[in-house]
Amino acid sequence: MSPPPKLRLRIRFTKAGKIRFVSHRDVARLFERAMRIVRLPVAYSEGFSPRPKLSFGLALSVGHESDAEYLDVEVTEMPDVETMAAALSDALPDGLSVESVVVLEQGAASLQQVITSCTWRIEVLGAPTDSVAAAVAAALDAPELLLERVRKGKTAVADVRPAILALRVAGPFGGTPTKEGTPATGVPAGDGGLQHGTELEVELSNENTSLRPSELIEVLGRLAAGSDATEPDGGLLEGRVRRTHQWIEVDGIRSEPVSRPDASTRHELRRAS
Amino acid sequence: MTSVWPLLEPLLPRVQKPARYIGCEDGAKAKFPDPGLVSWCFTYPDTYEVGLPNQGLQILYEIVNERLDARADRSYAPWVDLEELMRQERIPLFSVEHHTPAGEFDAIAFNLSAELTYTNLLNCIDLAGLPIHSADRTERDSLIMVGGHCTYNPEPLADFVDVVVLGDGEEVVGEITEVMVRHLAPTADRPTTKFADRRALLVELAQLESVYVPSLYEMTYDGPKVASVEPLVDGLPTLIEKRTVADLADWPYPKEQLVPLTEVVHDRLNVEVFRGCTRGCRFCQAGMITRPVRERPADQVRTMVGEGLRRTGYDEVTLTSLSTADFSNVEDVVTDLINDGDDAGCGPVSVSLPSLRVDAFGVGIAAQLQRAKRGGLTFAPEAGTWRMRQIINKLIREEDLYQAVDAAFSQGWKRVKLYFLIGLPSETDEDTLGIAELAKNCVAIGKKHNNRASVTVSVGGFVPKPFTPFQWFGQNTAEELQRKVNLLRDATRKMRGVQLKWHDPRATLAEGIASRGDRRIGPVIEQVWRNGGVFQEWSEHFDIERWTTAMADHGLRVEDFVYRHRTEGEVLPWDHLWAGLHKDFLWQDWQDALAEVGLEDCRWTPCYDCGACTGYGIEHVVASATPPAGGSQGTGQDLTTGGAVPVTVLPSRHGPAPENRNENRIGEHAEASA
Repeated sequence: MSPPPKLRLRIRFTKAGKIRFVSHRDVARLFERAMRIVRLPVAYSEGFSPRPKLSFGLALSVGHESDAEYLDVEVTEMPDVETMAAALSDALPDGLSVESVVVLEQGAASLQQVITSCTWRIEVLGAPTDSVAAAVAAALDAPELLLERVRKGKTAVADVRPAILALRVAGPFGGTPTKEGTPATGVPAGDGGLQHGTELEVELSNENTSLRPSELIEVLGRLAAGSDATEPDGGLLEGRVRRTHQWIEVDGIRSEPVSRPDASTRHELRRAS
Repeated sequence: MTSVWPLLEPLLPRVQKPARYIGCEDGAKAKFPDPGLVSWCFTYPDTYEVGLPNQGLQILYEIVNERLDARADRSYAPWVDLEELMRQERIPLFSVEHHTPAGEFDAIAFNLSAELTYTNLLNCIDLAGLPIHSADRTERDSLIMVGGHCTYNPEPLADFVDVVVLGDGEEVVGEITEVMVRHLAPTADRPTTKFADRRALLVELAQLESVYVPSLYEMTYDGPKVASVEPLVDGLPTLIEKRTVADLADWPYPKEQLVPLTEVVHDRLNVEVFRGCTRGCRFCQAGMITRPVRERPADQVRTMVGEGLRRTGYDEVTLTSLSTADFSNVEDVVTDLINDGDDAGCGPVSVSLPSLRVDAFGVGIAAQLQRAKRGGLTFAPEAGTWRMRQIINKLIREEDLYQAVDAAFSQGWKRVKLYFLIGLPSETDEDTLGIAELAKNCVAIGKKHNNRASVTVSVGGFVPKPFTPFQWFGQNTAEELQRKVNLLRDATRKMRGVQLKWHDPRATLAEGIASRGDRRIGPVIEQVWRNGGVFQEWSEHFDIERWTTAMADHGLRVEDFVYRHRTEGEVLPWDHLWAGLHKDFLWQDWQDALAEVGLEDCRWTPCYDCGACTGYGIEHVVASATPPAGGSQGTGQDLTTGGAVPVTVLPSRHGPAPENRNENRIGEHAEASA
């Protein structure tokens, strides 16, 4: 006898503004509460301490924003999916906004399994745009890029060049506009609010070799510094970081777990790809 | 009004848990900062995770923001990593709503729940950019106010705070606001200049009931003892009385409990079901200073819980009080709440009851609590032998504990936590070792139900507190407490299933210095702070050397302030304050303790005239005139009810309301927060 079919929803949401400082784990708790507020009939695990059956995709680092976050939730009965996105957004704090909710096909693979890469917009501070651009060019030309990092308590050196699927300088920028608005009065550059830097667009693999945005800046910093530099990190600092896409690539065709809604189809029922 | 946000934002990626500095909680009020309003910054002098859930501050925050003449923000002590960056970048302490510098508020009002936060209070004043000494502050500076349980001996902080509020804050916060309104500087000068005449403001505040302005009183000494405390200004009271709100039903706060974006302690809905406690545990300051018992009507509890769960999305509610199992008909109330949650169809709702008394914990409550997600279970027998429990008046029998533990394990719990005090009056090693014996027997009971049953024993050193029968008792030395810990450690080492945890006896000593000190302790606290002693409740930041060195540097002996037994006729540093309890009642209770005589709960037995009810014309407000399961303090004695018992019985949910419910209510006597 086959197990009863599971009803699963996939939710696409954005994270921006002050709430970017809230951790992945806390975002999960915010969703659990929002789902109770909107009476979404979430399925619970069995056992001594039943837990709601939520499963998030790739964690987003504290401080990073995203246009494309996802989570799957199992429900015990099908809710009104069309109104669910707007209702959840209302129940979530400012800065977390649900863009669409779709019904997952039976047996659909988990987010963790299917995401092959992510596209990021990364602000790099602390060095002029031309030296950042030179480091980008050097990175793309390099046959290998060795990075020492600690994973699970062990230090290991890996070649992370294969993780960089695409990398380009999107341009210099003149400040850091925030959701709360750029301060009217000029604040000193450096650690102040108005900063000048370079924006990168990069696609990083999530498969065999993975690389985080902050690790990419570390790699670029070393290249910018050169071998005789006084500052081994080239003075590069991480500014605003925003995930713009998560990709599923199958047989060379790239798609998103839930496509971005445009204005006319926002909050409509769509099938997951 | 200015905002530090543009300066703060670039620092946040560099600190731990930045979410605690962004505000944005559901329930936060960001009232427009009109300079015509009196502005309050309610501040907890410890981390956001510890301070945000503080119900006293949340209640006052809502009450002030509901007023037309005032507004309130909140602030918390930044963790040391952010503090270092703030000092480098010259960013002051800020509120989390508008990120306004704390020094721009008319009043920075602190909740003081623990003595070890005193150095953080100084640090917050300093981070706000204000002189730490009250005497050095001017019309340009915020008023520093304190409330909460520690203010029943505010003298160690007398040099640093401007205004002390005793007791329930719900009513007096409005009265203070109204006085401040009359003293505000002209709008054009604000917020740079806050008040027209700071001293005139303080003198007027000092005339409000329950408000104490230490700078307007002088303390004199007689060797290690206090000789007198006298007002320096004509017309000020010589005895400052606490506030007590007569009826919690009038104060259904917080109406919109704050829901933080990041996990905090007590991260669930909290609904206060009663205030005050008359169990009479002699070590317990909270139980003494919050008398009489005032229950919230059960239907109001049900409404607050239902609305709170719907609004917040929490799936867990704690019914808070000093002894929730004593709430009238508590089993029915809990059953209703859980059924309400099932009916609402938003998943299982769990109800937790803190401060469970073992004599009231049966299979019935255990079964109710385990219907939803189960949390931990903590029982507090407090002492290891019946003799010791008679002395502290926690009259629970061993059998009561065993049946409670049996109920818990039988309903599926695998671990229970037991809380004990060591260093109690006349304690012998036999009493101390009794703790290990109880733990061993509890594990044996657990094994009948589950082979992996275990018991965590948590041991804290006793610190005598003001306005308790033990206020005269000389605290155990840190060395003596450590010896007792070692006894227990050795005794439990080979007990399978028993895990021992203990509070650092050196921290207990520091708490003792602050809890019964007088104004001479102020410079000690200041020196500890100046030498880097912040976050003293956090073991990684605590160092007893800072405290003992500071005592010695100021010519003060730990012996005099901590270890010395006080004498009957001695002036205590808090004798000019009034918590509602007659000093001779407390002294008699102290003598009874030494004679190993217990005292029954006065809710269900005749009045002992402690002063809490009669002095205020307030009565216990309870819904049931019969005691809960477990009898009177578990002694098994028959109870006489009625007669001289001063109990106002609340109307039952279905019955008619007695017309005289508020007959004895006195308007000005308001309730206590913190």
